[in-house]
Amino acid sequence: MNEQTFNLDGQEIPFAAGQSVMQAALAAGVFVPHLCYHPEFRPHGSCKLCTMKINGRPATSCTTPAAAGMEVESDTPEILDTRRILLQMLLVEGNHFCPSCEKSGHCKLQALGYELGVMSPHFNHFYPDRPVDASHPDVLLDFNRCILCELCIRASAEVDGKNVFALSGRGIKKHLIVNAESGKLGDTDFALTDKAAQVCPVGVILPKHKGFAVPIGQRRFDAEPISAHVEEFKPIAAAAPRAGDKP
Amino acid sequence: MTEARKFRIATASLAGCFGCHMSFLDIDEKLLDLLQLVDFDRTPLTDIKTIGLRGPCDIGLIEGGVCNAENVHVLREFRAHCKILVAMGACAVNGGLPAQRNHLDLRDILSEVYHTEAGLAHGGIPNDPELPLPLNEVHPIHEVVKVDYFLPGCPPPADAIWKFLTDLIAGRTPRLGHGLLRYD
Repeated sequence: MNEQTFNLDGQEIPFAAGQSVMQAALAAGVFVPHLCYHPEFRPHGSCKLCTMKINGRPATSCTTPAAAGMEVESDTPEILDTRRILLQMLLVEGNHFCPSCEKSGHCKLQALGYELGVMSPHFNHFYPDRPVDASHPDVLLDFNRCILCELCIRASAEVDGKNVFALSGRGIKKHLIVNAESGKLGDTDFALTDKAAQVCPVGVILPKHKGFAVPIGQRRFDAEPISAHVEEFKPIAAAAPRAGDKP
Repeated sequence: MTEARKFRIATASLAGCFGCHMSFLDIDEKLLDLLQLVDFDRTPLTDIKTIGLRGPCDIGLIEGGVCNAENVHVLREFRAHCKILVAMGACAVNGGLPAQRNHLDLRDILSEVYHTEAGLAHGGIPNDPELPLPLNEVHPIHEVVKVDYFLPGCPPPADAIWKFLTDLIAGRTPRLGHGLLRYD
């Protein structure tokens, strides 16, 4: 048997050729915090929550190819602190008011806050002014919660073939925009059935007419923490192409 | 033999809805157990109006964010008299619902409510010297004073408040597990 492995927090993790550190960990049932990763898409490496110490250097595990004999640290006070700070920065940069958000209980940002024990925002809040876009008959866009993971952008371009979303601006002014002359979602061919409508990890892209449909206690992350949902994040079969793969 | 000294707890609601205080009362019969361990100083539950008259407090629980000058005053008094200050609930932690006015201009808000909005009595913007002046923005309390612990939730579940206080009183770092730590 010549199965290749690397060492993650003392556990030998097997991997297939081409798998990232994160994919191998998830496949082995080890939860890795993430926001911009989605098993059906190519890794993006922007949210940095999956950061691990790989052979002594911090690196995003979603974009680092697994290699035999790697020494990887993930569940250490140093890495967990880093992840908490990343979450706190995301929480103060947008307007994340969970009590009035329809995504509450289904939101990965919130669930990761619980998972990592983020008790406070720590930093001063930005309270940015980000008007919502309610122009579409079936979908509400609430930009207040956007974390710039680009999953909707990638889904719309690579799966739906519509290019509805894009990022604009630089640095702290970077923000999600809608690709229409008016800038309004209602003036695009966006549909509720689009892949881009299904992938938002937070509460930006919301279906209209069914807010708060699932009662508290029965929501996605009510019964069990996000780490218990590791099965849902496992990589898809190696043979299946991911959105955005080069032919 | 002297009885072990009880912890003194003070509580206040700033820019909050008193929901966190209701959740506190919702620990129900365990309140009797709590009363074996603590005395209450200034709090809406005792109606004591001034904090610290009977010595320093061990724990101050602050519900609500800071939206006006009086909130700043009360919060600073609590900080001065409490060894441990706790931000209790979403509004104290991140401003919560009141902070959703922060991207609006205060003058526009007052003008709309007291001058222009249809269906409201247009009596003019209140200007009584008794009324505290509103701040331009609502702030979480950690932006005004040092905060020792945060207890999120809207409101924090009664069990979370119980777990938090009993951990703190027993000298442990409060730890809320899954289901007790929540932001909504």
